[in-house]
Amino acid sequence: MTTSKASTTSIAAKYGTARRTVTVHVNERDVTREVSTRTTLADFLRDELGLVSVHLGCEHGECGSCTVLFDGHSVRSCLMLAVQTDGHTVETVESLAGNPAELHPIQEAFAEEQGLQCGFCTPAMVLRTKEIIETGRDRELTDAEVRHEISGILCRCTGYQNIVRAVQSAQRRCRGGGRDA
Amino acid sequence: MKPPPFTYCDPESVDEAVALKSEYGSDSLVLAGGQSLLPMLNMRLARPEVLIDINKIGDLQRIERWDDILEVGAGVRQYELEDHQLVGELVPLLPEATGYIGHIECRHRGTVGGSLAHAHSAAELPCTAVALDATVVVRGPSGIRTIEARDFFQGRMTTALEPEEVLVAVRYPVTPQAAGHGFVEVARRAGDFALAGAAAVVNLGEDGCFTSVSVGVSSISDTPVRASAVESALIGEAPTENNIARAAEEIVPSVTAADDLHATHDYRRHLASVVVRRAITAAVARAHERRNGT
Ligand code: FES
Ligand code: FES
Repeated sequence: MTTSKASTTSIAAKYGTARRTVTVHVNERDVTREVSTRTTLADFLRDELGLVSVHLGCEHGECGSCTVLFDGHSVRSCLMLAVQTDGHTVETVESLAGNPAELHPIQEAFAEEQGLQCGFCTPAMVLRTKEIIETGRDRELTDAEVRHEISGILCRCTGYQNIVRAVQSAQRRCRGGGRDA
Repeated sequence: MKPPPFTYCDPESVDEAVALKSEYGSDSLVLAGGQSLLPMLNMRLARPEVLIDINKIGDLQRIERWDDILEVGAGVRQYELEDHQLVGELVPLLPEATGYIGHIECRHRGTVGGSLAHAHSAAELPCTAVALDATVVVRGPSGIRTIEARDFFQGRMTTALEPEEVLVAVRYPVTPQAAGHGFVEVARRAGDFALAGAAAVVNLGEDGCFTSVSVGVSSISDTPVRASAVESALIGEAPTENNIARAAEEIVPSVTAADDLHATHDYRRHLASVVVRRAITAAVARAHERRNGT
C-alpha cells in the first residue's frame, strides 16, 4: 500500500510532529521536555536528564542493564519510547539515597556483600531488589528464588553469588529497618 | 541501535486505531508492549511510516467473563494474567504459561495481543491459545471478525491478521472444573526462547480414562502445533506412564524445525516428545488432585 504525502501531513497535524512535549515524574520531580517521538526512554533519561545510572548494554532487550521502575514496575528502558512516559512516573537509582554521599540500605547491602565488580549491571540489580522488597513477601527469599527473580538482568562479572547475598541482606535491612552483619 | 523516524500516533479509541490502520495498512505497525517491536525498530528490521501506539486505549485492557468465555483484551499486560483471580479460576493454564514468558521486566510491558500478533513459534501465549481452542477477535474497516487460534497462525511469524485490522481481544473457553492442566518448557536458561514447549489440558472420565486431551506444542515448527495425533491416541485410554509416553511419540512427525544455533532437528524431535509427555503427566496429576479435592 502506498501513502500520499498529503495524508501523512494530516495525521501529523492531528498528532503533532515528530516531536512532542512530555511531562514525566522522574525521581520525585516533574520534568517537562520536548522529545523526538523516536527517542527511547533510556536515551531520554541519559542524554536529556543526565541520569547515567541507566546503562545501555544491548539496546534490544537482552541484558536488562537499562532497567528502571516505570509506575513502580521494572521495565527495560531501551524498549520504551520517551513519549510513552508522558504523565507517568519513572525511578532510577539516583532517587534512592538522599544525597550522593549517602547510600540507601539496598546499596549498602550491595557494597558490604560485594554484590558488584564493574558495576555495569548494578543500578538495574538495585532497582529490581527494591521492587522485590516492595512487592514483597514477608520472608527472606531462598538462593534459588533470588536467582529466578533477578534472571532478567545479566551480570558478566560476579557469577551472581554475591548479588544473591546482597539481595537477601537488603531484604533483611529493609524489613527490620536495621543493619545486619 | 536507534529507531528510524516514523509518524507517532497514540489513539485513545479502537475506532481511531482501526481508522489509522485502514488508512496506512502495511505502512503502519501497531505498538503494544513493544517487547518485540522495539528491538526490531532499534535494529531497523522494521521501518513503519506510521507507528500506532495502542497503550492509551482503555477498551483493550479489560478482562471479562461472559457465559463460558473468558475474554482478555489485547492490551492486557502479561504480568496481569499471572495473579489475576478470575483468570486463575477460569483458565488456570494461562497464568501458568505466562510465567514462562521472557523475564518479569518483559511481562510488565508485554501484552497478550502483542504476543499473538507477533506469532513467534516459541512463544507461550500462541501455543496456549492453540491448546485451549481460543478465538482471536480482530477489527477492521468492515467490523469485527473472529478467527480460531489454530487458523490464526499461518506461518513463520505470519498470522491471518490483515494489514488494515487490529487485534482487539482473545476469547478463551472456560476450562471445566474437573480438568487438569500442565505447561512445560525446555530452555537453556531461564527466560530464553524455549527449545520446545507444551501446554496440555485433560479430562478424565468416571472410569479414570481420558475423555478429552488437548495439547499445543511450541518451537518445533513455523507455527504452534496442535498435537492431534497424540490426543487421539489417548482418548479412552488409562492415564498410565506407558500410555502417555507412547502417545507422546506421535508428535515427532510434526517437528519440522531445521537445525539452528540452539538445537538440531533431531534434538528437537526428541524434546518434542519429552515436553508433551511431561505436560500431559502434569495435567493428569492435577486432574487427580481436583477429583480428590486437594
Ligand atoms: S540495554 Fe536495554 S536490555 Fe540491554
Ligand atoms: S558487576 Fe559487572 S556486570 Fe555485574
